[in-house]
Amino acid sequence: MYPANTTYHRAGSVAEAVQLLADNEGAKVLAGGHSLIPAMKLRLAAPQALVDIGHIAALRGISLEGGSLVIGALTNFATIASSELVQANAPVLAEATGVVGDPAVRNRGTIGGNVSHGDPASDPPTALTALGATYNVSGPGGERSIAASDFPTGLLENALQDNEILTGVSVPALAPGSGSAYVKFPHPASRYAVVGVAAIVASQGGSCSSASVVIGGVETTPTRASSVEAALVGSDLGNDALDAAAAAVAGDFTGDPMSDIFASDEYRRAMAAVYLRRALGIAASRAG
Amino acid sequence: MTTRVFSSGIRRREDPRLITGRASYTDDIKLPGMVYAAILRSMYAHANIRSIDTSAAAGQPGVIAVYTGADTEGALNGLPCAWLIPNSDLKTPAHPAIAKDRVRYVGDAVAVVVAETRYQAEDALEHIVVEYEPLDAVLNPKDAAQDGAPQLHDDAPNNVAFTWAVAGGDADAAFADADVTVSDVITLPRLIANPMEPRSAIAQWVGATGELTLWNTSQNPHIARFLTCVVTGVPEHKIRVIAPEVGGGFGSKIPYYPDEAITAFCSMRLGVPVKWTETRSENYLATTQGRDHIEEVEMAATSDGKITGLRTTVYAGLGAYLSTAAPGVPTILHGLMYSGAYDIPNISGTIYGVFNNGTPVDAYRGAGRPEATTLIERLVDVLAAELGMDPVEVRRKNLIPKFENGHDVVTGLTYDSGDYGATLDTVLDAAGYSALREEQEQARGEGRLMGVGVSTYVEICGLGPSQVAGAVGFQGGLWESAIVRFHPTGKVNVMVGSSPHGQGEETTFAQIVAEEVGVGVDDVEIIHGDTDLTPMGWGTYGSRTTAVSGAAVTLATRKIKDKSKALAAHLLEAATEDIEYEDGRFFVRGSPDQHKTIQDIALMANVAWDMPEGMEPGLEASAFYDPPNFTYPFGAHLAVVEVDPATGQIDLQRYIAVDDCGVQINPMIVEGQVHGGVAQGVGPVLWEGVVYDESGQPLTGTMLDYALPRADGLPDIEVQSNTTPSPHHPLGVKGVGEAGTIASTPTVYNAVMDALRPLGITRIDMPLTPEKVWRAMQDARNGG
Repeated sequence: MYPANTTYHRAGSVAEAVQLLADNEGAKVLAGGHSLIPAMKLRLAAPQALVDIGHIAALRGISLEGGSLVIGALTNFATIASSELVQANAPVLAEATGVVGDPAVRNRGTIGGNVSHGDPASDPPTALTALGATYNVSGPGGERSIAASDFPTGLLENALQDNEILTGVSVPALAPGSGSAYVKFPHPASRYAVVGVAAIVASQGGSCSSASVVIGGVETTPTRASSVEAALVGSDLGNDALDAAAAAVAGDFTGDPMSDIFASDEYRRAMAAVYLRRALGIAASRAG
Repeated sequence: MTTRVFSSGIRRREDPRLITGRASYTDDIKLPGMVYAAILRSMYAHANIRSIDTSAAAGQPGVIAVYTGADTEGALNGLPCAWLIPNSDLKTPAHPAIAKDRVRYVGDAVAVVVAETRYQAEDALEHIVVEYEPLDAVLNPKDAAQDGAPQLHDDAPNNVAFTWAVAGGDADAAFADADVTVSDVITLPRLIANPMEPRSAIAQWVGATGELTLWNTSQNPHIARFLTCVVTGVPEHKIRVIAPEVGGGFGSKIPYYPDEAITAFCSMRLGVPVKWTETRSENYLATTQGRDHIEEVEMAATSDGKITGLRTTVYAGLGAYLSTAAPGVPTILHGLMYSGAYDIPNISGTIYGVFNNGTPVDAYRGAGRPEATTLIERLVDVLAAELGMDPVEVRRKNLIPKFENGHDVVTGLTYDSGDYGATLDTVLDAAGYSALREEQEQARGEGRLMGVGVSTYVEICGLGPSQVAGAVGFQGGLWESAIVRFHPTGKVNVMVGSSPHGQGEETTFAQIVAEEVGVGVDDVEIIHGDTDLTPMGWGTYGSRTTAVSGAAVTLATRKIKDKSKALAAHLLEAATEDIEYEDGRFFVRGSPDQHKTIQDIALMANVAWDMPEGMEPGLEASAFYDPPNFTYPFGAHLAVVEVDPATGQIDLQRYIAVDDCGVQINPMIVEGQVHGGVAQGVGPVLWEGVVYDESGQPLTGTMLDYALPRADGLPDIEVQSNTTPSPHHPLGVKGVGEAGTIASTPTVYNAVMDALRPLGITRIDMPLTPEKVWRAMQDARNGG
């Protein structure tokens, strides 16, 4: 619980933060600190320098711009979960951020830090991937956007390049008639998702017009349930259709499986089908 | 003025300082010139140490000294085991404070760095180079006892530390003659005690006087002083042990650890105060753990459900070394309890205490009794299922009938008093048992897996008569003492040798004094936890503090009352036998207006202007209380669960506890003890358990993987109580600290198994994690 020596830098702006990263080899970005600090205390991480972006006011806040929610990287989970803008335009994100950890974690942990860390059992990336979010990034080469689905490149690895900082997430507002749900099987100790399912379905004239379903916790990166989505679109979203769609998930697990002493990969896949069916039921009931 | 506060749920005086962060724990103490120790621990579960190179660490910034086992050898004696159970062929292998040639568990101390700051000490640890030769490890206590298993100690063949037997009646004959027998294998997982405050020690050696002061997170500072003397060689009268605020222990702060010996060694070498505080990660490796039983058990009965015999073979994991009280836990505190709340005429048990490459195991809340109650109560349910009887009916048929003063069971114990049927009736009434069973029938018809679990229990606590302690090999007494000191203003200090650390005795002991002599409860201050300030006592564990130490407080206060009567008689110019006492006032019989208050007496005794011939001045009394018997609280608990057939998740929906802990001094504190105890007993059923890999690496090394009970996993616990006074205790109290833990493990386990009965599932190893339950359901559905 005693981190190794490190040098602390506080950045006043994103540009300064990018420069500090460039100037300090082996530096890590510090935001809410809820992933990095525990790792440092266990000496699993020992960055030579920390660049604290926690005081850059521009990285905080939620707005609706041109049909998309723009959420600053420093916005904490509690703020997102309780935001009326988020509840109205991306309720599945409000649900997912509302079940991260416990109240203390939700008051301190940030969306940007969470997404950058990329824990496959964390709730927000699953919801953001289902929502088709994009991540806004600043770096030495300027600004760019990365689709949420392209962001993770492996277990705790992502598409950020050297000295890039994730500055926020853009989330397209759900279309009218959509219903969504995030349901989670929490690990009894860590409260991370053994399985977390984000489901979004849209219904027009009694028929499913679009579906987006993503599962977290089962593989080392969020799993898009393409077979499930295909089975849903065009269906009537009735119980039989949802049963059939949920059963299709088995074919969607093609990545690297997750397994630990609490839940094997086999169990996680089985529970994914159960939780997926529950998520679909709730989402369908909210659609139309 | 008199405040009647006995048997009243007044608020705990401890709480304001605790919940506002104003309490001072060992790690809060800073002494001038103090330096900091950090301990390097083995990363192997079993290995020979080929070499240790400390030279690079010694050159790190701020480092004052680095010591290894080569330095402590000869300077520190090995750690003693203090419970040498007789007739068991007990082996006590050497337990050096710092391992020199061989490490035997992940967490074994290998070296210590002392530096100017804690951070520097931690940094320097990374520069110690240890060359290990890894050896095969063994963790499962039954596997460890088999031929060919990796051997931990040369002087403990097959890793067996002891073989202890309990017998009463003729169990083999009972089984031969039985109408029906049932059997089961019960595993109780290894548990981490998880006090909120990790362990800590500060040692201050003053060479000029030869005095050693040790601030220490201890449940029993007088025992810590005694063992510090044994290990360091400093004479006992030159050692002062102070247990400041101690943030919970649950048994894990009973033992004397290598770490405080190492801290003392460092201070004695360096001549400055040295502080060592474990991290939470260290706590998960180096602080004693609980349970770790594999129990092969069977029960014999008549066809109408009368239990005729119980047989057990138990493999109790002890970890790599014998901790202070370890041998007594799975034997005396376990096997002697095999009769439970029942008349079982024939009992035999064999308990193997087995070394394995894990953290040492010692007392953990309940200590042996949850392990006993679980096997008895599980077997009763298995028997009921075999006979097609309601498990409650089997219990009723076998319960010991009400008794008020002594009942012998065949294991050799004499229970003090009991009305077991009454607590069972109370819990069934509170639950609406027959309606629950109807609800269950309906739920099963709908494909829902609802279960009801019931357990009775009797616990042995109030440890205990010292003569018995000696007879069972406990290397100490089990009495307590108290000094009650009235000041001239009528305010009172009470010094006790026990050492409460969260149980609330600063409040309940004040209630005792207030009840006995009519002072205000706020006029009484309880002083504990400092061997220089308090009289001898054996400590706080085994639900004994209120029962034993509280009795000493009672008897000392009664001596005050006797002296007060005599002094009042003198002052009122009456004969002592004519003085009556009521509500803090002493008066001549028939003339209550002519009186002296206890405060008047305190003043007159302290100024001593007008004492009767031969009476000593002052108003102070001490008492030493050695209980004539243990106390035996009891109760009946009931749980309702529902298992999700799709996932194996268990929803604990209701929990009802009916306990009879004798007379209650503070019912609110009793209820709090039951709540916490229930949570800790449910833990191993649903969530908790240390997991090691095959090489002995703990996989549950942090709270990310080790699942503690949490509020959101528990229902509102419904608490009721009955009162059957202990016949031999001055106040009739029995003790309640462990009751909830003892009862709730079998209660909830039985409830889950009851829920799964329609599927034909009869056993799953604890903890009942969802995947295990799901797999059992899958297997059952597949005809497995």
